[in-house]
This record gives sequence, C-alpha cells and structure tokens, in this order.
Amino acid sequence: MTLTYHLQIVNLLAALLLLISFAMLSQRRIAGLITLFAWQGAALAASTALIAWSTNQHHLYYSAALTLVLKVIAMPWYFFRIVRKLDVDRDVEPMINIPTTMLIGIVLVIFAFNLALPISELSGTVTRSTLGIALACVLLAFLMMITRSKAIPQVIGFLAMENGLFFAATSATYGMPLVVELGVALDVLVGVFVLGIFFFQIRETFDSLDLKHMEKLKEK
Amino acid sequence: MEIFWLLGIPLTGGIFLALWGCRKHAPEINALFSLATLLAAALLTHRIIDQGPMMVGAGWFFIDSFNVFLVALTAFVAFTTSLFSRPYMRIEEEHGRLNDKRLRLYHSSYQIFIGAMLLALTTNNMGILWVAMEAATLATVLLVSLYRTPASLEAAWKYFILCGVGIALALFGTILLYFAAEKVLGSGGTALLWTHLNGVKAQLEPTVLSLAFVFLLVGYGTKVGLAPLHSWLPDAHAEGPTPVSAVLSGLLLNVALYAVMRSKVLVDGALGNHMAGNLMMGFGLFSVVLAAFLIKRQTDVKRMFAYSSIEHMGLITFAFGMGGAVANFAALLHMTMHSLTKSAIFFAVGHATQKAGTQLMSGIRGLIQTNPTLGWGLMLGTVAILGVPPFGVFASEFLIITTAMHEHPWATPFLLLALGVAFASIFGKVQPMVFGETELPKLPYQPALAPVFLHLGLVLMLGLFIPPYLADWYRQAAHLLGG
Amino acid sequence: MSVGILLQLAQSLLAILLAPLLMGWVNQCHAWLQGRSAPPITQPYRTLKKLFHKDAVIAHHASPLFRFAPYMIFACMALAAGIVPTIANDLPFSPAADVIALVGIFALARVFLALAAMDIGTAFGSLGARREMLVSFLAEPALLMVFFTASLISQSTELPIIVQTMAHSKFAIYPSLAFAAVAFWMISVAENARIPVDNPSTHLELTMIHEAMILEYSARHLALIEWAVALKLFTYSALGIALFVPWGIAAQGDVAAIPLALLAMVAKLLIGGAVLAFLETISAKVRLFRAPEFLGTAFLLAVLGMLIHFLLEV
Repeated sequence: MTLTYHLQIVNLLAALLLLISFAMLSQRRIAGLITLFAWQGAALAASTALIAWSTNQHHLYYSAALTLVLKVIAMPWYFFRIVRKLDVDRDVEPMINIPTTMLIGIVLVIFAFNLALPISELSGTVTRSTLGIALACVLLAFLMMITRSKAIPQVIGFLAMENGLFFAATSATYGMPLVVELGVALDVLVGVFVLGIFFFQIRETFDSLDLKHMEKLKEK
Repeated sequence: MEIFWLLGIPLTGGIFLALWGCRKHAPEINALFSLATLLAAALLTHRIIDQGPMMVGAGWFFIDSFNVFLVALTAFVAFTTSLFSRPYMRIEEEHGRLNDKRLRLYHSSYQIFIGAMLLALTTNNMGILWVAMEAATLATVLLVSLYRTPASLEAAWKYFILCGVGIALALFGTILLYFAAEKVLGSGGTALLWTHLNGVKAQLEPTVLSLAFVFLLVGYGTKVGLAPLHSWLPDAHAEGPTPVSAVLSGLLLNVALYAVMRSKVLVDGALGNHMAGNLMMGFGLFSVVLAAFLIKRQTDVKRMFAYSSIEHMGLITFAFGMGGAVANFAALLHMTMHSLTKSAIFFAVGHATQKAGTQLMSGIRGLIQTNPTLGWGLMLGTVAILGVPPFGVFASEFLIITTAMHEHPWATPFLLLALGVAFASIFGKVQPMVFGETELPKLPYQPALAPVFLHLGLVLMLGLFIPPYLADWYRQAAHLLGG
Repeated sequence: MSVGILLQLAQSLLAILLAPLLMGWVNQCHAWLQGRSAPPITQPYRTLKKLFHKDAVIAHHASPLFRFAPYMIFACMALAAGIVPTIANDLPFSPAADVIALVGIFALARVFLALAAMDIGTAFGSLGARREMLVSFLAEPALLMVFFTASLISQSTELPIIVQTMAHSKFAIYPSLAFAAVAFWMISVAENARIPVDNPSTHLELTMIHEAMILEYSARHLALIEWAVALKLFTYSALGIALFVPWGIAAQGDVAAIPLALLAMVAKLLIGGAVLAFLETISAKVRLFRAPEFLGTAFLLAVLGMLIHFLLEV
C-alpha cells in the first residue's frame, strides 16, 4: 500500500504517540513524565497540522495551534512550576512492577486494535487506520492512572487520555466541530487549573502528594 | 429570549460573587440570583406549555417538554437550597469552618454550577452537553473539599478522578456519535445537534451507535452514580457542605441521567432493538440492590442518604430502561419526587448535624425533644423517601414495580427485596435520631426549615393529586422518550 | 556461477578479517569521546597475534569440551559473519542465511560458551554463565520478534529476500521498522555485552557477565574467543544494516556495483561504530536486576512494531 508521503509521516507520528504512551508507563521520575507529555502534545499537533494540510480541512489548523499552545507550552510549564513549588520530584515506584505493566499494556494494545477495526472500516477518512492507535493510547493512559499512587502522575495520565481521545477524533472524523473542540479545551484548561489549586490543598493537609494517605474513606 | 436570562443570570452571579461573595449580605445576594433564575425558568416553562417545543438561537438551544420540566425543577431546588444555605453557611462561618476566601469560592461556584447544569439541559448540541457536564463537575470539585479536612480532600480527589475518567469515556462516546452522524448529516456543527440527529436516527450506523451508547452510558452513568462506578458518590456527599450535597443529589444526578436519556432516544431509533434499554435495566437493578445492602453498614448519616440516592437513581434508570409510556411516566415523576424529597432530607440533616456537631448517627439523638420542627421534618422526609403513601414517591415506585411485574417479572423480587431492606435499614437508623433520649441543648438560632416543609408539601400534594397540565406534561415527555 | 562463489568467498573472508578492525574503531571512538588518547585502530590484531604466540594454560580437570568450545564458537561466528549480506546479495551460500537459522547459530555458540564456562567449576564461571543465560533468555524472543517484523514486510524470513525487498523497492517509511530498529539496538547491546547491559572492560565480580565466562581461557583459545566476540559485533552490525539501511548492497549478479557497495558498507560500519560508542558513553551500566526490564522493553518495542505493521501497513 503506497500512501502519499505526508500520510506516511502521519502514520509514523501515530506510532511515535504510542511509543510515548508506553514510555510514560515505564517512566519513574515526574519531571520525565511531564517532558514526555509535552512531546506527546507536540506529536499530536504535528500530525493534526499534517492532516490539515493533506486534506484541506482548515479548521484543523486551529486545532493544531490550540493543541500546541495548550499542551506543549502552557500545561507543561504549569506542571513544572507546581513540581518546583511542591518539591515532589522523586522516584515513583509504581504499584505493579514495570515489566508486568508493560505486558498488560501490550494486551491492551491488541484489544484496542481489535476494537477499532470495525469502526475503521466504516470511516471515510484517509487516516482511519490510526484509530486503533488512538484507542490504545487512551487505554494505556488509563492503565497509567490506575497503577500510580501519586497525584501528579495520575493527572498526567488523565491528560494523556484526553490526548488519545483528541487523536481518535482527528483520525476518525477529521476532528470535532470547532466549537466543541474549543469547549473541550476550555474544560481541560480549567480542570488543570482546579487541579493545581487542589494539589496545594492536598500538600498542605498531608505534607505529601502520595495518594496512599488518602485511602481512609474505604467502605466500612 | 428567556434562555438568555436563564443562562446569563447564574453566570453573572458567579462572577459577581467571586468578587463580593464574602460580604455580609452575600448569602442573600446568592438567593436573589437564584430567585431571578427561577423566574426566568418559570417564564420559559410558561412559554413552552403555551407554544410547544421550540428551538432558540439558530438551533443551538432546544427546549421540549422533557427538559423544560427539569429546568424548572433545577431552578426551583437551586432557589430553595440557596435559602437553606443562608443561615447554614453563616453558622458554619461562626463555627470557624469557613473563612472569607472559601465563602467567595462557595457562592460563585454555586452560581456557576447552576448555570452549567442549565446549559447542559437546554443545549441542542451533544458536544456542548458534554462540555457543560464537565464544567458542572469542575465547579463542584473545589466545593466538596471546602472544609479542607483530609477526608474531604480524599473525597474531592476521588470525585475528580472517577468522574473525570467517566467523562472522558463519555467524550469518546460523543466522538463515535459524531462519527456516525457525519456520514448522514455531513461534517460541521449541525451533525451534533440532537434535533437533527433525532430526525435521521434510523439512518445512523447501528454498530457504531451501540458502541457509542455503551461508552455514553458508562461515562455519564458514572456521574449518575450507577454501580459499580458509584464509589465517588457517598464520599462526595458526606464530606462536602450540606447545601452542596443537596444540589449534587437532587440536581446533578438528574442532569446526568438526562444526558443518558437523550442518547438512548437516538440509539433506540438506530438499533430498533432493546439493547440500550436492557443495559440500563441491568445497571439500574444492580445499583438498587447494591446500595440497599450497603446502607445497613453506614454510620454517617449523610453517607447513608447518599447511598439512598444511588438506590433511587438506580430505580429511575431501571424504569427508563424498561421503556414504554407508563414506565417513562413513572421515572419522570420519580425524578421530581426524589429531587424534592432528598434535598429536603439533606436540609434537615444539615441542621441536625450542625446542632450535634457530628455526622455520625450515634451522636445525634432526640431531635423531637430539642427541636420539634426539625425532628418532624427529618421524620417526614425519611418516611417520604422510603415510599410510604400518601407521599409522591410511593406513587412512582408503585407504578415502576407494577410495570416491572407486568413486563419483566424476574426483576420484581430483587426490587422488592432491595426496597424492603433499604426501608428497614434507614428507618431503623433514623428513628433513634429523631426519638431517642438526649442531653443536647436546643438550637440557639432558628433553623431554615421553610424549604424542608415546602418541598415535603409539594411531594405530598403530588402524591395525592397531580394537576392535569403536569400529568399531560409528563405524558408528553414520556412519549418523546419512546413510550 | 563462479563469480558468485568468488564473491561469496571474498565477502566471507572480508567479514572475518575486518571484524577486529571494527572493534578497534569502536574503541577509538570511545577514547575520543572520553577525551583519552586512543590505541591505534589495529590494536586488536596485535592482541590476537600476541595471544596466538602464547602457551595455553588449561586446568587439570578441564574436559575435552573446554578445549573444543573456542573452535566451535569461532566457527559459528565466522559462518554467521560470512553469510550475512554485506556487500553483495543473493550469493551461493545465501539460502542458508535464514534469520531464524541465524538465531539458532547464535544460540549454539552461546550454549557452548556457557557450558565451557561452567566446565572448570569455578565460581566466576558459573556466575557468568547464569547471568549470560538470563540476558539471552530474554533477548532471543525479542530478536525473533524484530526479525518477524522485517519478515512480515518482505514476506519471507530469508535475509537475501528481505534485503532485496527493502533495498530495491520504492522508498516508504515503515513505522514498524522504526520500532524494530530501536529494539534491535537494545538487543544487540545486550547480546554483545556492551554498556548499558554489560561492561566489556570490567573484571569486577559485581558487574561482569561476559568476561566472567572467559576468565579461564588463555593463549590461542582466548584469541579465538576474542575474535569470535569481534565477529559477533560485526555480524550484528551487518544485520542491522541489512534490515534497516540496506541501500548500497549490490543486487544479485550486479558486479559493477560492488565497489560502491564496498564503500557503502565501510561508511555505514564507521558511522554505526561511532554511534555505538557515543551511545555507550552517554549511558551508564544498568544494575543487573534492571537488565530484564531493559530487555523487556526491547521485546515490547519489537512486539509493538509487529502490531503496528498489522494495523498501519497491511
């Protein structure tokens, strides 16, 4: 199958996205996680711009710009500031060990690829085969959220999930209507802001961002 | 036109109170804004009753009989809760649990929360619906952790993360919906408009829509509090301030279920089979049974009533899942009854816990002795939510169970068992709270019990007699939902 | 036909003779990057010559396996180095160059090395053998996955056909190959006992894997083993080049392209060696218990490459 060159590069960027998701699973340091998240945003913005160029969908340019500003510049900067202020950059041991997490990750990837197959076939876009990768990124981010017990990695997992969803929208339908995407971006921004305030509150009360302190409200 | 007022007033209120929400008369201003919203809602309702469903703003907003009654209910309960929160928050401030900054945050988030919910109810665009739901969640996260205790922080974190994951799944469902819609309606903003989708629902791709519905149900269902995704609910309701518990229980759960129902109408049209309904029945039944059995173990009064909310929302979901004119009617009625009753209970419980200084049921005793109105309020509210006639909850539960016996007899034993267990547990725990012996002094101030009795009065009245226009209204909405 | 045989012989001899030069080049790059002055590039040859002249000292209770193993290992490596296409493709011995067979040859050499290490019964020998087996046990499936990815693209496991497909069909970016390339680098580092898995110049008990196994060898046996190590590195480099950057390898029967192919090979090996040295310099050796994680990541990347192939490139 010979696609045009820019679509091959889109495929390559999609593969890169998946790789970054896995790297996030195995990353121990929080600063490393934030950097990986920024790279993921960059790959996302680049692929959106490429798709915009090759299919002449101009609203995707705006999406790409929005992604770039929010997810590559603003949010990582904000997180780095929090990390510095809260002084939490230490090694994070995840709950399951890393090789097992990776194996579960592979199973999730296979599952996601299978799930996406019927939908891909129905799609009319040229980038439909990357829907499986988008789903896999979402599931991997979800796995990352479950296996981490510190606050900031959980939040980054959540944002990575949103990245995956954005990519799914772009690959299956050339992006959602612009107004919806703006709304989603606004929500995410406000959410991150709220979270920042929240981290300080947690830190004040518990003196650490380890979520193991916050397991008292279990079912009695 | 009314839409503009309806949505603009809470938003302005939010901004205004963000700046001046700690002043002496802030609670009164909050109540005033809510009153203004209620008036706008009343005007809107009046117009819909007169003229039937309408689209506003070039298709951006759509009001029909289903969401207008929810709009009215939301505005009403928001107003009465703001009345309740006046003395309540003042006393909390006196007790030292709140300061200026937190009061500003509370008041402005309250208004923004109401605004977001109203936007979710009136928008025609499924994507904006998602945005508004997420905004509503965000507005309440910081409210749950308002007291800054370790438990409240944990509750707020769980709330944020669980609902965040849920809403992300719902976003994927929305994307899939758009994907199916694009084929028929073309790309661009109109593909996500519910009215347009409703028109072409038979042409939407079944596989994609069924997958989309699963995601939408799981995603928005997390916010409804359906088991097994409910674990954020008891914590958030127990640890947040009582007015927040009241609006979460009474309003947000309804709006989330509204989102599910709008999706269900589309999916039913596309699939032509009962998959969506069956899924909802399954989740609903599971929630009812699980919640009922977990109530027994609770020691915190707000947690217990939170589980009761899960149970009732499960019941409503089950009824919507069954579908058909009677079940839908009953479900809509139950939504109204549950909102009014549960918020009334939370008002009473709020004052009781404030008086006793604790939320543990073992620490609250003999409310009748020290404060007869408070005691009776709590008792009547409990009795109402447990489905005792002549309160309205009995009517809707009766309808749901008889429909179940008719169409899905296998579920009836579970329902009856669960309702029975819940009755026994809750009644058993509330009785000593109201009638026991106590040495606590009388409340030094006058509790705001007018809202409690107002709500209970409405529930009683609707249990005895539903005005014909209201019944008609419900019937129209039921028909819309596939009855 | 005879041209083919001549070319084959030339390629094999070239491989066998050039391998120590590659080792010397890597060491030189290493020294440059670390700011030391390097021994000359031909140093490995001198080491080999020195070793061949010495007298072999063998333990009393060493079995015949101990004496036989170095020859076996050298033979395996020489065979592997000889049949991987470096200059020309599709030569008479090429049908033997099936990737799975290559993995088998490597395994054979490894088994003999481990057995010989344990033969004498010293602590270091068993230690090295066990560690080597741990690393290889994980590296082999990963290597197979990498090969499968390349085979799936070219629809065959024979190396000549893979090279033919990649080098002479239209240029296309294969993301799966990108993943496989990273995985392949990680595996070759592990198998060749380079940093970050093993330090080739250490003799500390805590850290050595490969060196521990050959501690008992001396003179000609040691010379053969050292040569075999150099050949293994050469073979892996040649494999990497053949799978991922095969342009320049002369097609079947295309004798005129041989000089260009020779130049291309030398250039690629130079660059490859420099990159290897660079990557070694910037990494630190990982703890032995993190080695499974390292290789697990390699396996994972290889599997990912395969999955992406099915998704994006079918």
